[in-house]
Amino acid sequence: MTDAVTADGLVKHYKEVKAVDGVSLRVPEGSVLGVLGPNGAGKTTTVRMLTTLIRPDAGSATVAGADVLRDPQEVRRRIGVSGQYAAVDEHLTGRENLEMVARLYHLPRGEAKARARELLAQFRLEDAANRPTKTYSGGMRRRLDLAGALVARPPVIFLDEPTTGLDPRSRGDMWEVINDLVGHGTSVLLTTQYLEEADRLADNIVVIDHGQIIAEGTADQLKAQVGGERLEITVADPALLDQAGDILAGVGDGAVETDRHSRRLIVPVSGGTQSLLAAVRRFDEASITVQDIGIRRPTLDDAFLSLTGHRAEQSEQSDEADVDNDNDNDEQLELAR
Amino acid sequence: MTTEQLTTGQIARPSAIGSFVSDGLTVAKRNLIKIRRVPDLLIFTTLQPIMFVLLFGYVFGSLAGSGASVQAGYREFMMAGIFTQTIIFGATITGYMMAEDMQKGVIDRFRTLPMHPSSVLFGRTLTDVLNNVIVLIVMSLTGLIIGWRLHGGALHALWAYVLMLLFAYALSWLFAFVGLRVRSPEVVNNASFMVIFPVTFIANTFVPSQNMPSVLKTIAGWNPVSTITQSARENFGNLYALKGNPQPTHAQVDKQTAYTWALQHPDLYTLIWTVVLLAVFVPLATSAYKKAVAK
Ligand SMILES: Nc1ncnc2c1ncn2[C@@H]1O[C@H](COP(=O)(O)OP(=O)(O)O)[C@@H](O)[C@H]1O
Ligand SMILES: [Mg+2]
Repeated sequence: MTDAVTADGLVKHYKEVKAVDGVSLRVPEGSVLGVLGPNGAGKTTTVRMLTTLIRPDAGSATVAGADVLRDPQEVRRRIGVSGQYAAVDEHLTGRENLEMVARLYHLPRGEAKARARELLAQFRLEDAANRPTKTYSGGMRRRLDLAGALVARPPVIFLDEPTTGLDPRSRGDMWEVINDLVGHGTSVLLTTQYLEEADRLADNIVVIDHGQIIAEGTADQLKAQVGGERLEITVADPALLDQAGDILAGVGDGAVETDRHSRRLIVPVSGGTQSLLAAVRRFDEASITVQDIGIRRPTLDDAFLSLTGHRAEQSEQSDEADVDNDNDNDEQLELAR
Repeated sequence: MTTEQLTTGQIARPSAIGSFVSDGLTVAKRNLIKIRRVPDLLIFTTLQPIMFVLLFGYVFGSLAGSGASVQAGYREFMMAGIFTQTIIFGATITGYMMAEDMQKGVIDRFRTLPMHPSSVLFGRTLTDVLNNVIVLIVMSLTGLIIGWRLHGGALHALWAYVLMLLFAYALSWLFAFVGLRVRSPEVVNNASFMVIFPVTFIANTFVPSQNMPSVLKTIAGWNPVSTITQSARENFGNLYALKGNPQPTHAQVDKQTAYTWALQHPDLYTLIWTVVLLAVFVPLATSAYKKAVAK
């Protein structure tokens, strides 16, 4: 399989700040690479080097087969870029913005108009098409900006934090749009601070911090790096904690961790749901009332914590004792900005 | 699949010159839409010059003397000066707009498009010219209403306007460079006021410079603002308006008002400035543009 994007040893330093410090990555054609990292990790700088906006101090890169350093103009013909802040002209209408971009991609006038109309429909901006974009909501601006990146149907798209600052609903809309793109075979490199977003959209993830890649793989591989599944239970009666611990030792395949204060027990398991059912059966036989029980897989957040030693989002609160792991809780994502 | 994707994604490759011109016009069109949509800008563009003509004409005019004809003579005299000052302010719009586009990420977007690298600047500076043409028309009409007359013939007047627009165009490139290098549009505004007011006042724009104290007189004598004004006065036939006797254009050089070589050859001197400004700031602005990214 060919790669839509390759980067080898990209470096960009600003005086003391090692904004990007040796980043190498690949985006196989037709796939989505998620570049995941906290604020200041070097995501935007990486995207700017790949999209010809800034020259790297060292390293090389190709995009859609064109060399970023030697043939930037050719790269520009083959990419669509949506930057971190929606770069739409607020005094122009949505339609005028798209037509202008289409003309600057050198589409003939008629084609530019047709393409703008098509994109406005696709991004549900038809009703607002003839309004200046300063009347648009943040989500609409973002969508228009993304539409601008798609005007010339480029084979490779770069999206720098496409949902940062959006409310959960607009974020959901954006995810749909991006998923749609990928369905049509476009290669995408997107950056994000949101673990959930990378998990949802990306085929492959690189985790970046302080300008360096600290881990890469699929979401599952990254989670596996932090360890496997664990069974967590909370018992009703603190007096039965030891007895419950003995039972869990029989079900799991590792040491049982006991938290007396919260009456919680955690044990590594390998049998997934089978282990869960076995535990439930044995607790039932022993007449121990279980308040809460669940299999907990490590989240990307856990992965990030164990890889970097700090959480991905500084302002994020530590998660409560929620045992279920497969819901899309938007609340915790709202805080980062 | 690979090749098909790449080819559908590829964009027609116009010639460099074709792209330069058409991209520049696309950008200029965008700027014109903006002028139309932002009323402040439109008001600024049309009302401010009217206000200047009236204010300067009647307030400073009263300094010239007490007779009505003397004051009317001053109004004729100062028109060329106000024209010059106003079109110089017009050139700062480019600086402001470039800084704003940088800040908002619009330049980032342009720079990832397969455009000719100078076309954004070309489009932007071209918009200033169009803007200045509107301003000159409005000011000229206002001037005609308050009694300003051309005594030098239409062709000479036309040449005066062209020279002003050329010089302002070169200045637009200077301001484009400044706009690309500062942190915010407000900086351009404040800085340009700080610079443009002294530069346009230490000149023969509003008062004859030969009576200034010696240092100022010398600066004014070599200030291109003075030479544009001088040229316009000659071409409009307003050179002797202060003395109450309008003269035909290009009368013999008046040793009193034209006390430097620059003032004796105002067209040539202005053109030299224009060419030098362009030669310096077109490459500088282009190279700043090629490196510009939103902060
Ligand atoms: N033009 C610049 N000048 C100085 N420092 C910069 C510049 N651009 C980025 N940086 C610094 O480089 C680091 C990485 O920035 P960036 O790539 O924007 O991170 P991210 O997009 O992941 O938040 C930050 O510490 C930032 O302050
Ligand atoms: Mg960023």
